[in-house]
Amino acid sequence: MAEINTAVYDVIVVGAGGAGLRAAIEAHAAGAKTAVICKSLLGKAHTVMAEGGIAAALGNVWKEDNWKIHFRDTMRGGKLLGNWRMAQLHAQEAPDRVLELEEWGALFDRTKDGLILQRDFGGHRYARLAHVGDRTGLEMIRTLQDHAVAQGIDVFMECTVRHLLTDGGRVAGAIGYWRQSGALVLFRAKAVVLATGGVGKAWKVTSNSWEYTGDGMAMALEAGADLIDMEMTQFHPTGMIWPPSVRGLLVTEGVRGDGGTLRNASGERFMFKYIPAFFRGDTADNEAEADRWYEDKRNNRRTPDLLPRDEVARAINTEVKAGRGTEHGGVFLDIATRRPADYIKRRLPSMYHQFKELADVDITKEQMEIGPTLHYIMGGIRVDPDTAAATVPGLYAAGEVAAGMHGANRLGGNSLSDLLVFGRRAGQAAAEYAKGATAGRIDDAQADAFAKRLTEPFERQGDENPYAIHEELQNAMQDLVGIIRRREELEEALAHLERLRARVARVHVTGTRRYNPGWHLALDLENLIGISEVVARSALMRTESRGGHTREDFPKADPEWGMKNVVSRRRDGRLVLSTEPIPQPPADLRELIGEDKPQEKVATGEPAIIGGKE
Amino acid sequence: MTTEAPRTATEVRMKIWRGEGSGGEHVEYVVPLDPGMVVLDVVHRIQATHAPDLAVRWNCKAGKCGSCSAEVNGAPKLMCMTRMNEFAPGEEITISPVRTFPLIKDLVSDVSFNYEKAKTIPPFKPKPKDADGKRRMYQEDVDRVQEFHKCIECFLCQDVCHVIRDHEENKQSFSGPRFFVRLAALEMHPLDANDRLDLIRAKHGLGFCNITKCCTEVCPEDIHITDNAIIPLKERVVTAHYDPIAWALRRMRGKREDFAPPQPKPPSA
Ligand SMILES: Cc1cc2nc3c(=O)[nH]c(=O)nc-3n(C[C@H](O)[C@H](O)[C@H](O)COP(=O)(O)OP(=O)(O)OC[C@H]3O[C@@H](n4cnc5c(N)ncnc54)[C@H](O)[C@@H]3O)c2cc1C
Ligand code: SF4
Ligand code: SF4
Ligand code: FES
Repeated sequence: MAEINTAVYDVIVVGAGGAGLRAAIEAHAAGAKTAVICKSLLGKAHTVMAEGGIAAALGNVWKEDNWKIHFRDTMRGGKLLGNWRMAQLHAQEAPDRVLELEEWGALFDRTKDGLILQRDFGGHRYARLAHVGDRTGLEMIRTLQDHAVAQGIDVFMECTVRHLLTDGGRVAGAIGYWRQSGALVLFRAKAVVLATGGVGKAWKVTSNSWEYTGDGMAMALEAGADLIDMEMTQFHPTGMIWPPSVRGLLVTEGVRGDGGTLRNASGERFMFKYIPAFFRGDTADNEAEADRWYEDKRNNRRTPDLLPRDEVARAINTEVKAGRGTEHGGVFLDIATRRPADYIKRRLPSMYHQFKELADVDITKEQMEIGPTLHYIMGGIRVDPDTAAATVPGLYAAGEVAAGMHGANRLGGNSLSDLLVFGRRAGQAAAEYAKGATAGRIDDAQADAFAKRLTEPFERQGDENPYAIHEELQNAMQDLVGIIRRREELEEALAHLERLRARVARVHVTGTRRYNPGWHLALDLENLIGISEVVARSALMRTESRGGHTREDFPKADPEWGMKNVVSRRRDGRLVLSTEPIPQPPADLRELIGEDKPQEKVATGEPAIIGGKE
Repeated sequence: MTTEAPRTATEVRMKIWRGEGSGGEHVEYVVPLDPGMVVLDVVHRIQATHAPDLAVRWNCKAGKCGSCSAEVNGAPKLMCMTRMNEFAPGEEITISPVRTFPLIKDLVSDVSFNYEKAKTIPPFKPKPKDADGKRRMYQEDVDRVQEFHKCIECFLCQDVCHVIRDHEENKQSFSGPRFFVRLAALEMHPLDANDRLDLIRAKHGLGFCNITKCCTEVCPEDIHITDNAIIPLKERVVTAHYDPIAWALRRMRGKREDFAPPQPKPPSA
């Protein structure tokens, strides 16, 4: 043990995206000695890539908007599987969190009256997303980063945390390694906030970066915490598909928010055929009304191009399977014929640039070819809604790594606001907990065992290449645990994961410990495979279709399942799955959601009447 | 590694800097090429098939995070935005790490200089809110600052700036174009009430810049670093420094009207 450098803090925040930075700012402000740790350089986390905007019912563009409608949209978009209290806190607090960014120097696009401009996005009743062109995430992360640095918060960059250390069932710290030197590092902390994001790198076609290897979820699971809803993965309907090297790169929903429409190969605006009963009351069933809606939301219903993402992704999947797709197996996204070139360039500069540079497509003149891409995971670490506390004392989680807020499907723009609302709450609660706690004891045997696992890939015999295993994993998850799932395929996936796990044990890493991506990937693979298993097993367990989880063999939503979370935890070294009831909203909030017995009518694709209240 | 010419048109030959710290050399690799590939894709393919420990930074693969900076045939670029079809078939392609900062390994440099400089910049300090508790700013007033906020911190401008590229000794007293952009963003922010002008001159070394515009030329975000950030800052510093009346007025008025809208200026300015 003596050879590992040790840093001592009240609170460590693992992850420096929106959630982690916001948590660190809050914990520091509450007087806790705080550090934030990240795998990349500061400012490069996923949050920097977010394009479209931050959802918050500021009411600057549509004064009718308020938290109640945002709450309703979020719960319905999540197919009523979400945690109502999280959705409520989120909707209520998001406006303050956005305005706070302005206090710290953020510059959002403005309305004519000089207020923060808001744009339309899928599933949101009103134009609600505060944004900066299509680079909102950059504005957000830089604002938080600069603010955190100005507060003097310690930052550990290019440092990967790999295991949580526990003391009699509570968190005592963490262990990891410096990417640059390969040296191990140990953190002693009273509280740990996980803000590590998702696990998209388990899939082949994804908008996610190398960082998304499920580390936070794997560490929480190992430390005894619960995960929920892990079958709920979001395939964003519009990823680039051509050329192959850009496959999966995100095309922001802002394209549709700003007037773009989806067409199949014969030019048909096919989304009108895919309006599920659940959203019929809110959705235009003809092109004229859909097009009027952009300007006049009071008298028209929303275009089906902006149905929640799960609906749109499934529709695209169906069109392509039916032979109505494009040459490269996608559909068209057209803004060129619908909006003037200068408008497109002003509203969507980075999309314009991205297509021009990477695909030789001028989106002001031509249609984009797009298809679904794995984008986000709604599932994750189970948290207390008010404090973001995980089920292990001293452990907190916020941002994409946490679950509950988005239920079975996340609305666009609701992630960035989630990061701010629950990042702040996590930081606050962790600092509060740290104040009342004494430092946990570091169990030397545990730390030594973890340290050994970290350097093992250098010592092992074997000839497996970590990159090849990763590619196989991505293919398996893409093919077997994709948008549409079946029992046989999920079982096959699980068998495949076992074989891959065995192969990872034979990965031998060459080179030195200094900045060695082969070594890093060898370690990441354990998390990727571990969390992929949780996703596949949860998907096998939920025998219904809802939101981001579609079972071909159980194509309808089941009201019984609509009342349950799938919970995953490790007990005695084994992964154990069970179901637990979801807390049901009190009567007044249920009223807001818009129906008396919402659970009976959620089914996707099934005719039923849903009356919104507006 | 092999030095033979690419066997088919769909193969690419690429030389990549390999080494730790001060030692190293360019090593040549040959891998298959697919349509639409960017330099970063080729580097990743080399990593997956030939050199598992090849160190390279990336995150977004879409020019949004500024991680994958390198010198491609000597030109500072984002590897993820450099298409392979920009090169003539058979053209030798050489990738080196950004040179202005110390090498860690292969294509990864130690860019901590930039994070240290960032700590020395006095933060945004907001003016009081409007009477109704809101904050109003008009699009035409935020436009020019939003240009600066496009910065993805790729540090390519820092890499080409001769003041630090060729003079290690200047790093102490010169923050570089990225931070002039940052300082200009703060100084021109319609709501900012902090004063950094003396510091810009004394600590960040604006005077070292002789407006060669190399930084502007390499900025992947097309920020007009010299015309819109550096030159207006220089003017402002000069006015504040040599004109006590302007200085006093500025203090009294707040800063908003002090800046003329950014006007492109000839390099001699
Ligand atoms: C292309 C794209 C566009 C998007 N657009 C939008 C949008 O417009 N609106 C919206 O609301 N959402 C959007 N999203 C989703 C949203 O950006 C993400 O869900 C969100 O940014 C996640 O934030 P986070 O703070 O949870 O994690 P991240 O920002 O991903 O940060 C994770 C952090 O954890 C660190 N980390 C991970 N593992 C470890 C470890 N083992 N040790 C140490 N550090 C670790 C990483 O280095 C990183 O700093 C978009 C996502 C993508 C990919
Ligand atoms: S213009 Fe100034 S800051 Fe830019 S590269 Fe030249 S000397 Fe450096
Ligand atoms: S100003 Fe331009 S070149 Fe310099 S760091 Fe920012 S984006 Fe890169
Ligand atoms: S990988 Fe993000 S800019 Fe190249």
